[in-house]
Amino acid sequence: MAWKNARRAWLAAAALGAAASVLLAGCSGGGGSSDGKTQITWLVQNDETTVAMANAMIAAFEKANTDVTVKLETQPAGTEGDNLMKTKLSTGEMSDVFYYNSGSLLQALHPDSTLVNLSGEKWVKSLTSDFRSVVSTDKGLYGAPLGSSQAGGVVYNRKVYDQLGLSVPTTWDDFMANSEKIKQAGGVAPIVQTYGDTWTSQLFVLADFGNVYKADPDWAKQYTANKRKYADEPALEGFEHQEQAFKAGLFNSDFASATYDDGVKMIATGTGAQYPILTQAIAAIQQNYPDNVDDVGFFALPADKAGDTTATIWQPNALYIPKTTKDAKLTAAKKLVAFVNSPDGCEVQTSKLAVSGPFVTTACTLPSSVPPLVQDIQKYFDDKATAPALEFLSPIKGPNLENITVQVGSGISTAKQGAQLYDEDVKKQAQQLGIKGW
Amino acid sequence: MSTTSVSLPAVGRRSPHRGRMKSFYPSWFYLPAAALYLVFFAVPTFASFYFSLTRWSLFDVSFIGFDNFVQFFQEPMLVQGFVNTFIYGFITSALKVVLGLALAVLLTSQLVGRGYLRSVVFFPVLVSAIGVGITFKVLLDPSDGLVNHVLSFFGIAGPGWLTDPKLALLTVAGVDVWKGVGIATLIYIAGLAAIPQEYYEAARVDGAGAWKTFRTITLPLSRPATATVIILSLIGGLRSFDLIWAMTKGGPGFTSDVIASVIYKQYQAGFYGLSTAGNVVLFLVVTAIMVPISLFLNRKEVER
Repeated sequence: MAWKNARRAWLAAAALGAAASVLLAGCSGGGGSSDGKTQITWLVQNDETTVAMANAMIAAFEKANTDVTVKLETQPAGTEGDNLMKTKLSTGEMSDVFYYNSGSLLQALHPDSTLVNLSGEKWVKSLTSDFRSVVSTDKGLYGAPLGSSQAGGVVYNRKVYDQLGLSVPTTWDDFMANSEKIKQAGGVAPIVQTYGDTWTSQLFVLADFGNVYKADPDWAKQYTANKRKYADEPALEGFEHQEQAFKAGLFNSDFASATYDDGVKMIATGTGAQYPILTQAIAAIQQNYPDNVDDVGFFALPADKAGDTTATIWQPNALYIPKTTKDAKLTAAKKLVAFVNSPDGCEVQTSKLAVSGPFVTTACTLPSSVPPLVQDIQKYFDDKATAPALEFLSPIKGPNLENITVQVGSGISTAKQGAQLYDEDVKKQAQQLGIKGW
Repeated sequence: MSTTSVSLPAVGRRSPHRGRMKSFYPSWFYLPAAALYLVFFAVPTFASFYFSLTRWSLFDVSFIGFDNFVQFFQEPMLVQGFVNTFIYGFITSALKVVLGLALAVLLTSQLVGRGYLRSVVFFPVLVSAIGVGITFKVLLDPSDGLVNHVLSFFGIAGPGWLTDPKLALLTVAGVDVWKGVGIATLIYIAGLAAIPQEYYEAARVDGAGAWKTFRTITLPLSRPATATVIILSLIGGLRSFDLIWAMTKGGPGFTSDVIASVIYKQYQAGFYGLSTAGNVVLFLVVTAIMVPISLFLNRKEVER
């Protein structure tokens, strides 16, 4: 009996040891260089478009660089992805190259201590200064763009506008008047909201930042220094507009549960007229409603005063190399990053990623025929009526904005309450980041 | 369940002359378990007490004393989170007691297909909470969901089960009851089976009807089972998270947030120190509620 138990204990101990070694092997595993090739890993987000683009990019890259093989790794996007990124970087388990946001989310990765400084690379010269600033710290430049810039504002159905004889609004009152007319005509939802995917609820506030910037160019800096609040004008405007639109009953009837995909469908097929969203929506339209690509256009979210109406621009995400990538792998990783920003890489980008706005590097040029939506955005650039989104001017973005804007947009709380709540949220984030003055 | 935990120390007391209880096994047999306990439980627990006193970004740690706790208690959603947690815990617990007992009485009676029905009641317990949550989210969709389609067939306009701020938490609680009532029923079936048949026979001879038998025999004698169901479902309700997260993510807005989802959102946002402080608070709150309850119930068991 005792002997039997002892043996069982040993078996258990042996099994435990085996399990532990499997776990450890899983941690330290990773491709070396067999058959003289260098193998590197590349981490991207696991949505369909990104993975398809990354696979095409790898195929083109390996054709041009026969001594390197690239293994694609994927992970979830969103806040879950943010935490995975931080965990991998801080434990030294990050892939050799990874794809991630620029701006405030990049700053949260502590780039100076975790990423390889790429400021000496050749492709840096071709970048726009706006993009350079969102992948840089005082000490270096860390990212190479992949994808085009995009705007945040109102994506609208041009057919609905034509049928009702409406013109693109430049003030908030015009916008509300247009929406009322669409409501009177019936059958079409004037303003599309999709709180089933909570992030989409933030656009009334986030895409209004261009207007804030125009009214008060110093706002972002003062906000970072704890001297401007969302509960005060001009920033409160975004919350107020969302509240007004809800109170006027202009949303689609299923706004509380509709998803982003539903919203894209409505705006592409004309069952919804105006959708405050990022212009990356064009990618989904091209993929799922290719016949409707020419039916959608873009205008900036209107400010109260026509002179303030400014398109808010998001910079593309970027490729980064962590400091844990070394020697032959570092060389190979830099080759991949350079390839993405070469003419061949640009060709993959334009064919596999829907162009949602101008490129941020002169290495890539817009194709000769772009959809009307992109032409609309280009017009704002030509008129110099663009401003960067707040997340590219300040490291502080409160994490709970999307829940707060759902509350405001569903009438659970008022605009003022929502803005005050968000100011509290911002304060927490600023303290976490250790910013002076909070 | 609680009976065994009470009788264990009694075994030890039976041999007082040895001073220390002699075990059947050599002490080093405890080592593997002790090592696992240390590495996976004790160390993280004490580490979390430390990290709850810091501002922690995964890249660096700075000690800030009790600021996180101050911040946590100032959290605007915390009060609502606490209220929601207690509403949720109370509703699920109460419904599980009532429905569990009713189902158990039904399923211990002479019934056609009793075994099959028992399985049907217990089946939802076996399904993962996330799976249940996602399925019900689809079923309860206000415009495309099966539930509202069926209701509209009868001319009833179904509400936004998960999108109406007044209903969301109650809907999730309802799904939780559907999923968890099988356990309560199982415990009650065991409890009812332990009631001696003689009592029922005696009651019948005395001319008691079905309702009187239930009220004077079944109900009081199934009290231990009731205690177990309340304890289990109250603990489950207080730390409930998975089903709420799968169905509403605390929304719309913050209207169905419970403490655990408030903490999880803080973690997601990268407030690692703050969310650790929240977990320490949750740990203390659950302990403060459950230790007295469990002591109280165990004492009753001994006296009986």
